[in-house]
Amino acid sequence: MTAAPASLVWFARHELGLFWRDFVAMMTAGRPRRAAVLVVVLAIIVAVAHLMAHALIAPWAASGIAEDKPTLVMLSGGGVLFFTLMLSQAMESVTRAYYARADLDLILSSPASARRLFAVRTSAIAVTTMALAFLLAGPAINILVVESGARWLAAFGVLAALSALATGLSVLITVALFNTVGPRRTRLIAQVAAAVVGAGFIIGIQAAAIVSYGSWSRLGILQSDWLVGMAPGAESPLWLPARAAMGEAGALMAVMAVGFGILAAVVVATSSSFGRHAVAAAGVGVGQTRRVATARPFRATSVKAALRRKEWLLIRRDPWLVSQTLMQVLYLIPPALMLWLNFGQAAGAFVVVVPVIVMASGQLAGGLAWLAVSGEDAHDLIVSAPVTARTVLVAKIESVLVAVAIVAGPLIVAMGFVSLPMAAVTAAGVVLASGSATTIQLWFRAQAKRSMFRRRQTSSRAATISEAFASIMWAGTAALAAAGSPVGLLPALIAVGVLGIAFVIRPRESF
Amino acid sequence: MNETALALDIAGLSKRFDRPAVDRLDLKVAGGELYALLGPNGAGKTTILRMVAGLLQPDAGTISVFGIDAKRRPVEAKQLIAWVSDEPMVYDRLSPLEYLEFVAGLWGIEARTAERRSRELVDWLGLGEVANQMCGGFSKGMLQKVALAGALVHEPRLIMLDEPLTGLDAGSARQVKDVLKAKVAGGVTVIMTTHILEVAERMAERIGVISRGRLIAQGTLAELSETAGRSGTTLEDIFLELVARDESEDKTDLESPAA
Repeated sequence: MTAAPASLVWFARHELGLFWRDFVAMMTAGRPRRAAVLVVVLAIIVAVAHLMAHALIAPWAASGIAEDKPTLVMLSGGGVLFFTLMLSQAMESVTRAYYARADLDLILSSPASARRLFAVRTSAIAVTTMALAFLLAGPAINILVVESGARWLAAFGVLAALSALATGLSVLITVALFNTVGPRRTRLIAQVAAAVVGAGFIIGIQAAAIVSYGSWSRLGILQSDWLVGMAPGAESPLWLPARAAMGEAGALMAVMAVGFGILAAVVVATSSSFGRHAVAAAGVGVGQTRRVATARPFRATSVKAALRRKEWLLIRRDPWLVSQTLMQVLYLIPPALMLWLNFGQAAGAFVVVVPVIVMASGQLAGGLAWLAVSGEDAHDLIVSAPVTARTVLVAKIESVLVAVAIVAGPLIVAMGFVSLPMAAVTAAGVVLASGSATTIQLWFRAQAKRSMFRRRQTSSRAATISEAFASIMWAGTAALAAAGSPVGLLPALIAVGVLGIAFVIRPRESF
Repeated sequence: MNETALALDIAGLSKRFDRPAVDRLDLKVAGGELYALLGPNGAGKTTILRMVAGLLQPDAGTISVFGIDAKRRPVEAKQLIAWVSDEPMVYDRLSPLEYLEFVAGLWGIEARTAERRSRELVDWLGLGEVANQMCGGFSKGMLQKVALAGALVHEPRLIMLDEPLTGLDAGSARQVKDVLKAKVAGGVTVIMTTHILEVAERMAERIGVISRGRLIAQGTLAELSETAGRSGTTLEDIFLELVARDESEDKTDLESPAA
C-alpha cells in the first residue's frame, strides 16, 4: 500500500524507517556479532531486573494485595515518582523536536504540512516515552501478573496513558515557554527543567529511603500510617490510576481517555504553531550579542595546566553542561541533609548515604570524562600539538578527578567527623566509581563535539550501561562494606567483571 | 632540489581504509616553498596531510619534517608544524585571545612571548575588535582567521592547510592569502590543498596533482602543462586532462588480462 506523499501515514512511514535504521546501526555498529552480544547482555539485565522485582514484590503479593487505602497510596506514590521520570524524558525529546535541525530545514522549506510532521513526531515521542516506562516498570508488572493475577496487565495501559499525558504536558510547557521567554531561552530552561524533574525521581526515591531508614522497603514511607491517614478516602478520583493499574476496567478506560485525550487535544491545538516555533528556534544565535570574556594577561603555564584550565573554563561557561553537572550534585542533597540532621548521632544511619555519594560521584565522573576525553571541539589541534597522547590523557583525567573531589570531598570530610571508617569506605568507593567511569570513557572514547553531550548515552550504549553498572556495583560494595557485611565482595567482583567485559568489547582504536 | 633543505620528505607513504587512500606516495617540498596539492574529491590529499600532522598513522612509508622522522619522533616534528583543518578547530566558549593562549600553552611558548604574538596576530588578521569575545557565533571567515592565528602563534616552520579558502568571503580570502604569502616570504613552508584552481595557479610555486592516492604529476604551471601536453591552457584544463588520463589508465589496467 502506498501512502499519499506528505500525508500523515507517509510521514509516519518515513520516520519509522529512519528510526529503524538508526536503531540497527546503533545496536550493530556494522557488526552483527556485536548485536548478538548486546542481546545476551540485555537478556541478562532483564533477568536480573525480574529477580530484583521478584524479591521486592513477591512477599507483598504473597500476603495478598487488597484494594484498600494503603495499597492505593503506595501505588499512587510510586506512580507519581515514576511519572516524573516520564515527564523528564518527554520534555527532553519535545525540546529536541523543536531545536534539532537535521531534516527540519528541508521539510519546513517544502510545501509539506508541518502540522502533520509535528503530529507524527509528537506521537513518536509518546511511543518512546512509553517504551522507556515499559522497560523500567515491566519487570515489576510482570511479577505482579505472575504472583497476583492477570488483572495487573492493565498497569501497562496506565503506563501508556501516563506516557501520552507526559508528552502532552511537555508540548504544552514547551509552547508556553516559547510564548513567554522566547526561543533563545526556551531550550535551556526546558532542558534544565527536564533534568530537574528527572532528578526528582531519584531524589524522591532517596528521600523515601532515608525517611524509611530502619524498614527494609525503600518505599516504606508510602506505607506509613501518617501518610495513609492524610490521604483522601478510597473513593476519591485521585486513586483512579492506581485502581486502573489493579485492573478496574472503568478506571482504566477513564485514565486512558484522559491521557490520550489530552495528548490529542494538545497536538491539535499546538501543531499549527510548530512550524513558526521551529523556524524561530532555527534563528537562535543569528545576530546574537556575543558574550565577552574578561581580558587578562596570559599566564605562565605547563601543557597539562593549560589543558586542565581549558576543560574547567569550557565547563564553567556552558550553562547546559553546568546544569547537567549540578544535577549530579542535586542527587547529593538528600544525603547531605541527612548528614546535617543526624550530625553527631549514630554513624549506622549513614549506611544509606554512602552508596548515594559513591553512585553520584561515578555518574559525575562519567559525564565529565566524556566531555574531557571524547567531547573535544578541537580534536585535530590537540592531536597535532607537540604533546604526547599520554600527557593529554593524564591532564584530562586530572581535570575530571579534581572536579569530582571538589563535589564529593566536603561530604566525605563531614562524614569523617562522625565516623572515620565510614568516611574511608566512602572515599574508597568514590575513587573506585570515578576511576571506573573514567576508565570506561577512555576505552570507549570517540571523536565528538561537546554539544553532543546530551546524546552521549545513545552514542555508545555499551559504555553507558557499563558505566552505570560499575557505579551501581561500587555503590553496593561501599554500602555493604559500610554496614560491615562481608557480602560486599560480591558486587565488587561484579564491578570488576563489568570492567572486564567493557575492556573486551571496547572499540579498537583507529590510530 | 636541495635534499638538506627539505621541509617535507615523504617516501613510499601508504594508507588504506576500505580501499587505498594513499598509495606508495613520494613527495618532496623545499623549505620556504608554497606548494599546492590538487586532486578530485577522495583523491587522498587530506589523508596525506593528516598523516604528516600526526592525525593518522600511515600503514607504510616514511615522513621526514626538516630532517626529523615524524613517525619515530612525532613530538619533535609536531613542534615545527601547524595544521589548519577545513573545519576551524576553535572552541565556542573561548575568546580568540584565550584560544591563542591555550594553543601557545600546548606548544610550550613562554607566556609573555605568546601574549605579544597573539596581540600582533589578532590585529594583523583584523580580529582586534572581537579579541575578547567568545568565538561562538563567529562567521566561518572569522573562525578560520582565529584558527589561522592559532597556527601561527607558535611560529611553525611548516604550515599545512586543508582547503583554507573554502567558504570565505572575498575580503577574508584575500586576508588569508596575504598572510600565507607573507609567511612564505619570511621563509616558512606552506602546503595547502585546494579545489580553487585559480588560487593554486596564482599562489603556488609548485603544484602536485593527486589522483587515487598517487602523485600523478607535479611542478610549476609550465612543467605541468608540458606533462599534460597542453601548453598555453589554464590549470583547470591541465588538471582535468591529467586526472582523466590517470582514470583511463586505471580502467585499462582493470580491463587488461594481466590485471
